[in-house]
This record gives sequence, C-alpha cells and structure tokens, in this order.
Amino acid sequence: MTEKKKRKISLSIPAEEIMRPGNLACQGCGASLAMRYALKALGRNVIFDIPACCWSVIDGPFPYSSIGVPLLHMAFETAASTASGIRAATKVLGKEDTTVVAWAGDGGTFDIGFQALSGAAERNEDIIYVCYDNEAYMNTGIQRSGATPYGAWTTTTPVKHYKKLPKKDIIEIMAAHRIPYVANVNIAYPEDFIRKFKKAASIKGTKFIHVFSPCPPGWKMKPDDTIKVAKLAVQTRVFPLIEIEHGIKYTLNVKVNKPKPVFEYLKLQGRFKHLTEKEVQRIQEDVDAYWDYIMKKVEFSKEYAG
Amino acid sequence: MKKVLMGNHAISYGATLSRVQVIAAYPITPQTQVVELLSEIVANGELDAEFIKVESEHSAMAACIGASAAGARAFTATSSQGLLLMHEVLHWASRARLPIVMANINRAISPGWTIWTDQNDSLSQRDTGWMQIYTADNQEVLDSIIIGYKVAEKVSIPLMIVLDAFVLSHTYEPVDVPDQEKIDKFLPPYKPKIKLDPEDPHAFGGLTAPNIYMEFQYNHQQAMMEAKKIINEVGKEYGDITGRYYQNLSPYKVDDAEYVVITTGTISKTTNIVVDKLRDSGVKIGNLRIRTLRPFPSEEIYEQLKGKKKVFVIDRNISFGNTGIFFQEVKASLYNTDIRVPIFGFVTGLGGRDVTPELIEEIVNIGIKNEKPEEEVIWMGVKK
Repeated sequence: MTEKKKRKISLSIPAEEIMRPGNLACQGCGASLAMRYALKALGRNVIFDIPACCWSVIDGPFPYSSIGVPLLHMAFETAASTASGIRAATKVLGKEDTTVVAWAGDGGTFDIGFQALSGAAERNEDIIYVCYDNEAYMNTGIQRSGATPYGAWTTTTPVKHYKKLPKKDIIEIMAAHRIPYVANVNIAYPEDFIRKFKKAASIKGTKFIHVFSPCPPGWKMKPDDTIKVAKLAVQTRVFPLIEIEHGIKYTLNVKVNKPKPVFEYLKLQGRFKHLTEKEVQRIQEDVDAYWDYIMKKVEFSKEYAG
Repeated sequence: MKKVLMGNHAISYGATLSRVQVIAAYPITPQTQVVELLSEIVANGELDAEFIKVESEHSAMAACIGASAAGARAFTATSSQGLLLMHEVLHWASRARLPIVMANINRAISPGWTIWTDQNDSLSQRDTGWMQIYTADNQEVLDSIIIGYKVAEKVSIPLMIVLDAFVLSHTYEPVDVPDQEKIDKFLPPYKPKIKLDPEDPHAFGGLTAPNIYMEFQYNHQQAMMEAKKIINEVGKEYGDITGRYYQNLSPYKVDDAEYVVITTGTISKTTNIVVDKLRDSGVKIGNLRIRTLRPFPSEEIYEQLKGKKKVFVIDRNISFGNTGIFFQEVKASLYNTDIRVPIFGFVTGLGGRDVTPELIEEIVNIGIKNEKPEEEVIWMGVKK
C-alpha cells in the first residue's frame, strides 16, 4: 500500500484539548474559554496556582479537576508569591523547563493580591501571571473591584451610586515594573491570545497577561453574547489589544480603523443600562482619549525602541 | 565542630545542615541575622538553595507553600508582627499538610512598639495546625531545626521552632555544629509521595464540600497525635548520633520532687538554678520544661506530675480575659485524670522584662506558702 500523502495544515490554534470536558463555569463564561486557550498555547508541562476567584470553583469539587494539569489552590492574595515558590522549587529540582502560571481574577490581581504581584514583578520571577478580568468580584456575587469600569452597576455600586471612578490601568502599572513582557488578550481573538501566551512562555522573567473575560451573570447579558461583547470591546476601542516589552516598547496588535460607538458595547450589558446619554458620551470621550494615549506610546515606541 | 553562635545563627546553621532547598523570608527585628547569614551561605554556594527575598511575611509563607507543594524542602524565619501577618497562610500550610519548618523568634506584640521577648506571637498561632517546639538554648535551636524536618516530613505537618528574642536570638553560646555527613544520614532528601508534577497532574486544595471536609481535619488530628510519639522517637534517634536527646518534655529533678515548676523557653534555664538553690536548703522541688506545645504531651505531663503536692506554672504570655496559656493547657490536660492538686498560674516577663532567679524564687515561695492560689492569674513583677 502506498502511503497517502498527507496535506500539511499549520493550525494557528493547537488542536489538542488539555482541559477536560465538564466544569463548574456558568453558561457563556469567558474565564472558562480563556483557560482552554491558555492551555492550548502552553501545553502540559506547566504548573498552575489559583487563588480565590471563580476558577477556585470552576475547576470542580474534590476529587475532580477539569484543568488537566497540576494545580495548587491558594489563598486570595498569594497568586504571585505562591508561583514564586513553585518556580524556586522547579529550579532547584532541575525542572526549569516547566512553565509556572499564576492564574487570578481581577480582585486577586488589582486589589488584594497586588502587593504580592508587584513584589514578584520587581524580583522578575520567571512566571506567567494571568489576570482574567471580569471586572468585579463575581464569585462572591458581583461586588465592585478596582477593575470595575466607570459607570458600571454592581451589588456594592447600586444604580443610585454606580461606580464613578475609573478602572485601574493594570497593564500600564505592570509595564511600569519594567518586566520583559506585558500583554492583554481577548477571548474573542483566539489567535492573538494563543500567540501571546506562546510568546510569554518563551521569555524568561515575569510576564503579565491581562485577559478580557466577559461574565454574563455579572454583566447582566445573555450567555450567548459573550463573544459578541468581547469582540465589541475591541471594535469600540474600549479594550485595545497591545503588548508592552520591557515597559517601553508598545505594539498595537489589532488595528481598529473604523471604531464602532462605545454605546454598541454598553447596550448589550444590563450593568450599564442606567447610564444617561451624557454619561455614555463621557465614557466615549474617555475611551477616545485612552486610545490616543496608547497610540502615542505605540508611535513613540517605533521611534525610540525601534 | 564547636562554634560560638548567636541563636539566630544557630537557626541558619540548622537550616543549612538540613539542606533546605527554598528559603523565602522577609526581615524583621530580631530575626534579621537568620536571613543575613543564610543569604551569605547561599550566595557563597555552600547551600544549593533558592532564596526568595519576598516583599512580606505573608508572601514568605505563601512562597514556602508553593515550594513545598512542588516538592522542595522549604524554610522561613520570622517574629511577632511578621508571624501575625502570616496567620492565614499558616493555616493553609498545615491544612495542605506541607512539612515546612520555620523559626519564630518570640517578640512581644505592638502597640506600643516593642522588640523584646514574650510568647504571645507564637501562642496566637496555637490553633493553626502547626507543631510548635519551644527551645531553651542555642544548641537546642540548631538541633531542633534538623529534628524538625525529620518529624515534619514523617507526619506531613509543618513545624515551628520557637526561641526567645535577644535572650537567645542575640546571645552567643558555644554550639556544637554537627558534621554534614552525619546529618545527611539522619535526614535524607525530601521525597514527597505526591507533589505538583506535570507528569502526574492533580489539583490540590480544591472545593471541598461538607461530605469530605471533616475527614481531612480528622486525618490532620490523627497525624498530630501520632507526632507526640514521633517527636520523642526522632529526638532519641538524633541523640544516638549526637549525644543530645530531645523529647516533648525536659524534666529537671522532677522525679522525687514534691513541688513542680512548669516552664518554657529560657525561663526554664533560670528556674534550674533556683531549683538547685532551693534543694540545697531542703525544698523538694523540680522543674518541668514543656518543649512541645502542639501536639500537647498530656499523657507525659500526667506521668511527671503524678503524686506531686503542688504545681506552679510560669507563663510569659497572657490570654486577656483568662490566664496564662500554658497554665490553661496544663490544667485542661489534667482535668480528666486523678490528679487533684493546686495548680498556680503566674504571669511574668511580658515584653522582655527580666525574669530573675529572685523572682522565680518568690514564685515558688508563694506557691509553697499558700494552700491554694488566691487569684486565677498571679502577676509577678508588675507595677500595679
């Protein structure tokens, strides 16, 4: 029998599924998809630690685990410090090729775990720190966090007192630590997502990846709108997809030449439905200004960082 | 080899001889020399370890947990406020059943700012599920670190070595530093049955419902009770190679005593002097030093106190609203036995106030003179 000539297809998204079927995520959970893509990019030679966050539950009750790779559950504020310890152990045990990943939510990153994250970044620990950001404490029932955006309703920022403070600019904060790699990704852009995780795994030192991760129950939106909303976040320039190398070199990864109005993004989410036209306009102006600011950095990078 | 070492350096040598693989620590007075010397030892290549200079004690313990779960022998040292900051993750370490060993230098708690010794920092961690060993001299400090790893790894429970600030941490004493070869035979490399391993992936510490949570606690308790025996066994094994035997209790002239003083830490050394003096004048007194707070050696304490006339417990700590903590522990452990003698609870030496032989003699005299304690807590040397 002659051997059939196989057509070589190069897939930009690895076909292997490391995550096991069945987990405790809500319908339309962005964080569940994020983990699936991250594992596809990183492969099996990884160790995860996960502090208190939705993923403490999503992975499944003891003795089940859906993640398919070794995982240490840890206390809320310890994602980065625990990962530092795991990394030190792999080094001393001769397993330096293992990728160590801290996988935390926005509360565990922007708020309670920030000190440990900043410390690990300053030490340039050889870890990938991933923050899947659903913009509030979702696991405890939608309380505002430092990642909750201006204008949003949460259970602790009720409609009468919706959040009137901006979201922390976490990637700029992390870039200011001058770590080798900072990037953001979006579950609606899996190719960019996977490329960035692969790149992070190839770099020594601290890598920080900020994941845009819609939460249908928390954002008061339809579960089947997850990808649509995630895509709109990019298309409206609410969430510009960029990477920042060594804190200086900014690159825009997805061009948005004809941005849609921010209202397109807001209107699908019940958490913004109380906003007046004036407030929507204000958010539009903030988004435009931030985009310009980032584009200036991208331009500057071309000149300065080459 | 004999060296003249401060208590803090005895800790560093103990950790080095134990071939710890990951150290994560944050500086706090009076612990700093522990990590300074270890930094030097690691930097010189004398110890093949990773030293993570974390940004807080909370992160120090979290890093030790990560390292230990990934299969490395992990070590840290702290004191007082630092230990209090660790509280949450101390629970995590023990419930994750990770055999981390740490040294805690007993320093009083603020405010007002203080750096001097008392035991309320470590005693606040009594119920974190760690073993706790209270030491009385620098030799014991060094030896207890090494013994500590063997015990911790046998029962899969972390262990805290406790010593008095300044009285030990900054005081130089002659210490025999055993040969590495001897210690290597005594303490083999850490080989956990299960760890974070990409070739055998498991999730650790996940969601645990009421149908199974309690069994984990039961197993933890069983292991703790087992540790009472293991501490004595390993202590004997260590004694057989070094000539220095360590047990849960360290009795001094208790056998034929009518009165027993119960002490911990360095106060016990001073008490021995008082015991000798009083024995010279015909008082039949002994000193029972408690080394192990957790697991609490109730049965051994019973055996030591059987047939005695009175017991005087000296606490360098206070549980506000109740009494000294060792006093409570001793009383509670005897309640269901046939021992029915007066037990006096003395509180003294808080915040590093000197506990002198004269003061201990006064304690003994109060105990002997009074039929029963007149107060639940007898404060000694306090300006009321």
